[in-house]
Amino acid sequence: MRNIWIIARREYRHYFISPIAYIVALLILLVMGIYFLLVLYQSSLMAFYGGATPPDTSDLLGLMPFMLLFAAPALTMRLLADEHRTGTLELLLTAPIRDAELIIGKWLGAFLFMLTIIAITLIFPIILHFWLVDPGIDQQLMLSNYLGIILVTGVFLSIGTAISAIFKNQFAALFATLVALFFMWYLIGWPAYVMQGGGEIFRYLSLSDHYFNGFATGSVDIADIVYYISLIILNIFIGTTAIEMRRWQ
Amino acid sequence: MIRAKGLTKDYNTRRAIENLTFEARQGEVVGFLGPNGAGKTTTMRILTGYMPPTYGSAEIAGFDVVEESLEVRRRVGYLPETVPLYTDMTVFDYLMFMAELRHLPNAEDMVDDALEMVHLTDRANGYIGNLSKGMRQRVGLAQALLHQPEVLILDEPTIGLDPAQVVEVRNLIREVGKERTVLLSTHILSEAQQLCDRVLIINKGRIVAEDTPENLQARLMGAERSLLRVKGDSDGLVPLISQIKGVQAVVSRPDGAIEFQYTSDLDVRSEVARATVNAGYDLLELAPIHLSLEEIFLELTREETGKKGTRHA
Repeated sequence: MRNIWIIARREYRHYFISPIAYIVALLILLVMGIYFLLVLYQSSLMAFYGGATPPDTSDLLGLMPFMLLFAAPALTMRLLADEHRTGTLELLLTAPIRDAELIIGKWLGAFLFMLTIIAITLIFPIILHFWLVDPGIDQQLMLSNYLGIILVTGVFLSIGTAISAIFKNQFAALFATLVALFFMWYLIGWPAYVMQGGGEIFRYLSLSDHYFNGFATGSVDIADIVYYISLIILNIFIGTTAIEMRRWQ
Repeated sequence: MIRAKGLTKDYNTRRAIENLTFEARQGEVVGFLGPNGAGKTTTMRILTGYMPPTYGSAEIAGFDVVEESLEVRRRVGYLPETVPLYTDMTVFDYLMFMAELRHLPNAEDMVDDALEMVHLTDRANGYIGNLSKGMRQRVGLAQALLHQPEVLILDEPTIGLDPAQVVEVRNLIREVGKERTVLLSTHILSEAQQLCDRVLIINKGRIVAEDTPENLQARLMGAERSLLRVKGDSDGLVPLISQIKGVQAVVSRPDGAIEFQYTSDLDVRSEVARATVNAGYDLLELAPIHLSLEEIFLELTREETGKKGTRHA
């Protein structure tokens, strides 16, 4: 556990000197800010014509998963691929740490960085709650939305970390992660909509289905949480296996 | 100590090392010599727990490198050929990171000690990315020495250092080697000659010789060789020396010196000196010729080792 924390802390600090991490953070916060203003503008327009509902957290976070599809590969691509390129992977693999500790530490560092960005986005629902919506926003909806975003972030980053452990080139890792995330978010659930029967399994596997039909609606289902956490564990296992296989090559 | 038994490593269809068996004791500096691609780095990576062997086994301080890899890694200090450094960190932060990964008590003190050993205390707060190649090499060495390991494995430790730094690092290795086991690979053969108690020469994945540098020289010579230098023209000396009993071969060098070879059991040098003086030559020098480690290395690693162990006149 201590080794995981030591590696995670180094990764977390590294993001604060990484231009890519700043670009990712800036873009997420900028797009969220503009989107927030648009949501407010739309609500005020509708209020002007009467019958409007006040904006809530699911409106604000609607774009977040889409942004994470690009942010996660950018943040994870170098995690292990770059260690391989610079030779520092040899340093870590000859240090007294387990391969799983290395992978979990890397993932945790990226996860903590994304949590920091997500924490900053809390400013938007806080503004809504205290200054713009009377008597305040639906707090349960806010919590379930944020829990969903945090779990989706964890899954996306775990896929990126595992793929970074497989590839030696960080841009190959970036591209492969993008493809994997788009597949898991948009495509894997598609057969459920076209098949006459037996398509439910694809709906269950779809990452987006668990988010939009679960957390985003304010309902927290333990099955959704278990699915996301299982995927994180599976990806950490894949990443660890990739490192072990590299030792045997 | 290091104990390797029948180490073999295959990369797909290519065999990198084959059936390597050797030992390195505590308080011994062992040199690993061989041409590029001979299998030195592969062997070192197996010994550090980076990769397992395909066949065979190895022990470091009594722990198996595969079964007890974590214990081995705790006891080994390793400097890979490409010094692995995080260029975005300061020297101190980098060493602290490694000290923490090794769970060292008094990590700061141990980092300070390691920095002092490699004379980098004044650069502790500098970013590694701004350091020269020689300084980076020393940071890598500090990382390997940080936890005062029982076994130190160094892949080309003096590469990229300036002459003064080379002397410092060699002195450091010599000092460390008094108490610990050191296995180092080098292309600088004089370095192996100066530093190592024992030398392993590896070629095409096999150990072709293993001994002290002195014994290797004696073993490969087979016969003694000496150099004779006289004042002025040395014409006529070749047939004169050839006639002396025990002399096997005589060669006149382009610089006028005479090189002669004779059987080890019959020292003909006094006879040669006497004959030279009696023939009216002014004798300036009569000195033994030692086979350098470079010559031994070339002899042993020559294409197909059919000639190994035999020195031709």
